[in-house]
Order: sequence, then structure tokens, then C-alpha cells
Amino acid sequence: METARSRWLWALASLLILVWTVFPILWIVMLSFKQPGEIGNQKGFLPHHWTWDNYRTVFETDLFTSALVNSIGISLIATVIGVVFATLVAYAIARLEFPGKKAILSFALAIAMFPVVSLVGPLFDLWRDVGLYDTWPGLIIPYISFALPLAIWTLSAFFREIPWEMEQAAQVDGATTWQAFRKVIVPLAAPGVFTAAILTFFFCWNDFVFGISLTSSDRARVVPAALAFFTGASEFQQPTTAICAAAVVVTVPIVVIVLSFQRRIVAGLTSGAVKG
Amino acid sequence: MAAITMKNIVKRYGDGFPAVNEVSLDVRDGEFMILVGPSGCGKSTLLRMIVGLEDITGGEMRIGERVVNKIAPRQRNLSMVFQNYALYPHLTVFENIAFPLRLAKVPREEVDRRVRETAELLELTEHLDRKPANLSGGQRQRVAMGRAIIRQANAFLFDEPLSNLDAKLRGQMRTEISRLQRRLGVTTVYVTHDQTEAMTLGDRVAVLRKGVLQQVGSPRELYEEPVNLFVAGFIGSPSMNFLPASVDGTALDTPLGRFEAGDARKAAAIEGRDVVLVGIRPEHFEDASLVGAEKKARGSTVSARVDVTEWLGNELYAYVPYEAPDDLAAQLRDLSRELDSDQLRTQAVISLDAASEITAGDAAELWIDTSKIHIFDPASGANLTRDEARVAELARVAERAREAQRRAQRPGEGAGAAGDLSGGGAVTAAGEEGAPAAGAAET
Repeated sequence: METARSRWLWALASLLILVWTVFPILWIVMLSFKQPGEIGNQKGFLPHHWTWDNYRTVFETDLFTSALVNSIGISLIATVIGVVFATLVAYAIARLEFPGKKAILSFALAIAMFPVVSLVGPLFDLWRDVGLYDTWPGLIIPYISFALPLAIWTLSAFFREIPWEMEQAAQVDGATTWQAFRKVIVPLAAPGVFTAAILTFFFCWNDFVFGISLTSSDRARVVPAALAFFTGASEFQQPTTAICAAAVVVTVPIVVIVLSFQRRIVAGLTSGAVKG
Repeated sequence: MAAITMKNIVKRYGDGFPAVNEVSLDVRDGEFMILVGPSGCGKSTLLRMIVGLEDITGGEMRIGERVVNKIAPRQRNLSMVFQNYALYPHLTVFENIAFPLRLAKVPREEVDRRVRETAELLELTEHLDRKPANLSGGQRQRVAMGRAIIRQANAFLFDEPLSNLDAKLRGQMRTEISRLQRRLGVTTVYVTHDQTEAMTLGDRVAVLRKGVLQQVGSPRELYEEPVNLFVAGFIGSPSMNFLPASVDGTALDTPLGRFEAGDARKAAAIEGRDVVLVGIRPEHFEDASLVGAEKKARGSTVSARVDVTEWLGNELYAYVPYEAPDDLAAQLRDLSRELDSDQLRTQAVISLDAASEITAGDAAELWIDTSKIHIFDPASGANLTRDEARVAELARVAERAREAQRRAQRPGEGAGAAGDLSGGGAVTAAGEEGAPAAGAAET
């Protein structure tokens, strides 16, 4: 009896959470398929006339397409650099005993906790002086520094779970520290590296504050910032539906990434390494 | 192949605790050396210092002619089998075994040939394409061994390789390891806490206690002529009984009864002492009614009340509880705790002929073979009756057995490394004949 009841409670709770999280997304998707004039005039969750017009508008706007290119480029570069750095740092933290290890970890955590907004002003001034304002590196650098702590913490947790013997075995087998790292540790930490990469990518992809304040033109403006400048197909219409379409377009990559790497993230590769 | 020479090796951790203290040990070229001791005695630490995974605080470690104190593990050319195998889970069995060769940049065809040879030897051929996760414990163990033997390493190091296997598999793998070692003739250091492995596998056994080397010798020497209480108690199962005894001339007054010390050497050992510990192995007791008159005269008979009996078919265990003076009882309890057995009460374990009709509750007449007993100093734990002449003789016996083995394996070596398994089998048979010490000690 107890199990049946708790199962029902679980189901109910899951349903609530599902509605809570999925409803806004569905709403945006529905809005993106409505005609621009429909909002405010006709009520209803579902569009009265389904239309691809908004998507067509979005992709015909230079503002959006260049922002998309910027977003993809900046996020990918920041992710690759950040994850490579984080992997090396996390490995050192997990494996080596050195003075200041605690300091590095707590410092990293402090950075992660630091309010981003308070840095925007100084950065804006600094970037303009050194010529990084409205450039890709101007965004990549702050993204890396804010994504690194999280990536380091995630990865060092993963590295700690890899049995030390793996590496010692490799060393006894004749590997240098670097070979042991590259041939044994990195493949084993792959799920962790993927997780860290995805988290970093999401952070960069979703950022709005840096995106809007450190850019001024198509050269480096990213999608979340570009959405704010959206005007729609004509100046006489509210651009709500077009913004929703753009939002759907930028959400799709995230969903695709999560779904395709989900198993990779979850599956522990280390099973069978040692007797379990 | 090379000898491993340790001179006053010390390992001190950050808190100043010496995990290994002043250990000097020579492992000769081609020898199978066992490091044994209760958990926490420093045996694994010592092994890891040999292989280079643990820094050496003090002393000198030589492999062959080379001092390796500061040399990285990969340059020591040793191979090691870890307790949990440490297989690479992302690589197939083939690549796991090939790993050391790949690192050494051995040509592809040679890697292929050698891996297949090794797999053949370990009966892993049909598993070469599988991942370690899909293998059974015994198979994983063999892969780990394959990875160790594929290289022409100077020495093999084993860190409790069988402790994760079930009892039956452990027995099989034990003979497998023994066969391989005899066949390849490579210097081997093997860490274990298992009695049987220690006694059956090794040419010599080194017993460690709290980081200090207690005794090194053939299994037979450790069993028959232990240097102190610790070795005497650690080697042998069930372990040696230690009876507190007060000395009265040449007689020993024990809780089981009073008996004569026996020969002149034992009499000399107890002379001038008040209290000693008498060490008697379970099998040196016998049911007095089953002992012939002639044999009976060579020992002493005591009478004791048997508490519990266990009849096993081939023998009968009888348990005789006794009272010991408090201080000695505490000392004996400490010892048994240190030996990981943690006996709750002071009792003698006695192994009798299965034909004996002694049952629980009987006041039994027990014959003690006093020629086999040892006398220990209760304060220092030293064996007062160790027979150096006998030790020397045992060493000669062990040496002869080793020579015989080496001669037997040499023709096999001449036939090339890829000799067939029947050749290996013959070597094993010769090895087992040549090492009666191991067989005798095991029973």
C-alpha cells in the first residue's frame, strides 16, 4: 500500500515539475508560430493560423544571423580554451599535493560567486582603453574566467574518482606523466570533460549581461543581446512573435546537445576498471 | 632480470611515522620473494618503494647494479600487478596487454605477435577483443598478469594479486603464478597476507611487523625455527599455542600441566628464568592413548579438560581453555590482535588424529612432542631455543630445491620463450618435488 501511494505522490510531483518547466517553453514555441498581429487581439494558447513567417523574418534579418554566428563562434572558442585549462588545473588539484591548493580552490569558488554585474562597468572602461571593446576576445576572456571555476570543480571531482592505480600502472608500464595523463586519464575522464564542456558552453551561450554591455555592433554582438534590439518585420508591429521565434532557434542547439550527450554524461566509463 | 638489494630502507610519512623502518633485504636474481605480515605492517609500502611509486626516505635501493632511489618508475623496467588489477577500462584486452609495448614504440607486427603469445599462455586468446568490464575476476587477473609479463622486465612485483578472488579461483591462480614464475625465471617480489600463498609460492619469505623486518628465510625455516613470538604466531594455521610457564629446575609448569623441558638445549634456555612462554604447534599434541610407548617416552603427557572439539574427517581439533596470569594474558591478547586473529580467550588449539575418541567435556590425556616445542622470552619475545645448525641445514635444503628447479626450467628456456604449455607443466611438477618445504609446511 505504502509503495503504491508513494508512487502516486512521486508521479504527481513529477507532473507538477514537468508542467512548471515545460509550459514556458511551449508557450514561446506557440507564440513563435502565431501571426504578428494575433497577439493582443485574439486569445488562445494555440495559434489560430500557424505560420512560419516569424522564422523567415528572423533569418532574413542581418542582426540575428550575424549574432548567431558570433554566439556560436564565441561560445565554442571559450568552451574549448576553458575546458583545456580546466582539465589541466583540475588534474593538478586532484593529483598533486602542493602549497596553495586550498587557496586556488576557494579562490575559484569566490570567482564563481562574484556578482557579474559589478564587473561590467570596470570591464567596459578597460576594454575600451585596450581595444577589446566589441570584439570576440573581449567576450571570450570574461566568459572563460567565469566558466573556469565551475569547470574546475566538476572536473576535479571526476578526476578524483579515477583510481590512482590506473595512472600508477601506466607509469610502471613505462609511461611518462604526460603519457599517463593523455592515454589513460583523459579517456577515462571523458564523461567529465563532456559535462564540463557542456556546462561552459551553456554559460557562454546564455550570457546576457556581458553580451549587451561589451558589444555595440554586429562585430561581436551575441544572440541574447541581439534579441533586445529586434524590431520585427515592420516598425508598426510588436516584434514579440519574431523574438519568440529567435528564442526558439537559440534554444534548439541546447536541447540537441543535451539529448545527444545525455548518455555520455550519465554513463560512467570507469565501470570494470577495478573489481566492483 | 636482476637482483633487488635493499639497504636500511626507511619510509617516513609526513607525521614522522615510520611505515618501513631500516629494512635490509636481498632478493636474488630469479628468486621468488614473499613479503608477508598483518595489515599495516608496511609490506605494500616496501613494494611500492621498489617499483618507485613511493619515495624512499632513507637507505639505498638497488636493482641490479643501479641505485634507483631517485629514478622514475618507468625507468626502472619493473612490471607490477596491482591488487585491484588497474586495467585500463577504455582499452580492449589486447590493447591492455599491448600497452607497455606501445609505449616502448615496439613495431606493430611484433606487438601483435607478442600479445598473441602472451594471451595463448594465459588462455585469453578468445577474449582479446573484449573490454575489462565484461570479464570475470579471474580473467581480469590474467589480463593484469599478461600486461606484466609481456615486457622483458627486470622483476615482477605483485601486490596482493589474489585477494579479490574467491577461494577456488585463488587456488588455481596461485599455481598459475607459481608455474609462470618458475618458467620465466624472473625475480619476483610478492606481497600477501595470506599464509598459504606465502608458504607455497615463495623461495623465501620475509615477515614484517610494524615496518620492521622480523625474519627472512625459506617457508620451512620460518615454520620450524621462528626467531620470535611474532613470526611463530604469524606463520602456521591454526597458529602456535603460547603457554605461560613457570620454571622449576628443568621442568615447566604450564596451565595444561607440568612437563619436562626435554633436551639439554631447552634446559639451558630456561635456566635461571622464572617465567617463559612455551610455544607448541597444534599438531605437536596427540591423544596419549594413540601414541606408542616408544614415541610416548620421547615426549610428555599432560591431562587437560577439553572444552570443544571439531571433527574434520582427516583430523580433530580440540580446544582447551586455560587461565594465564593477567600480565601475560594481556600480552598474548595484544599479540593475537596484532596477528589479526583477536582471540577472545586464552585457549590452546590442539590438532589430534581423527581416530581419537576424545569428546568435549572429557579430561583428556594429551601427549606433547617436547622435542618440537619452542621457549620464548616473555619480555622480548625472542625464541630462546632457535637451533642455528638446523637453520643452516634448512637453508641448504631450500637452496638445493631452488637449484633443482632452475636446472629443470633451463631446457624449457632453451626451446624459446614460446615453449608449449606441457613444458611448463613439467617444470611445475619438478618444482613441486623440489620444494618439499612448501608442501610440508602447508599441512
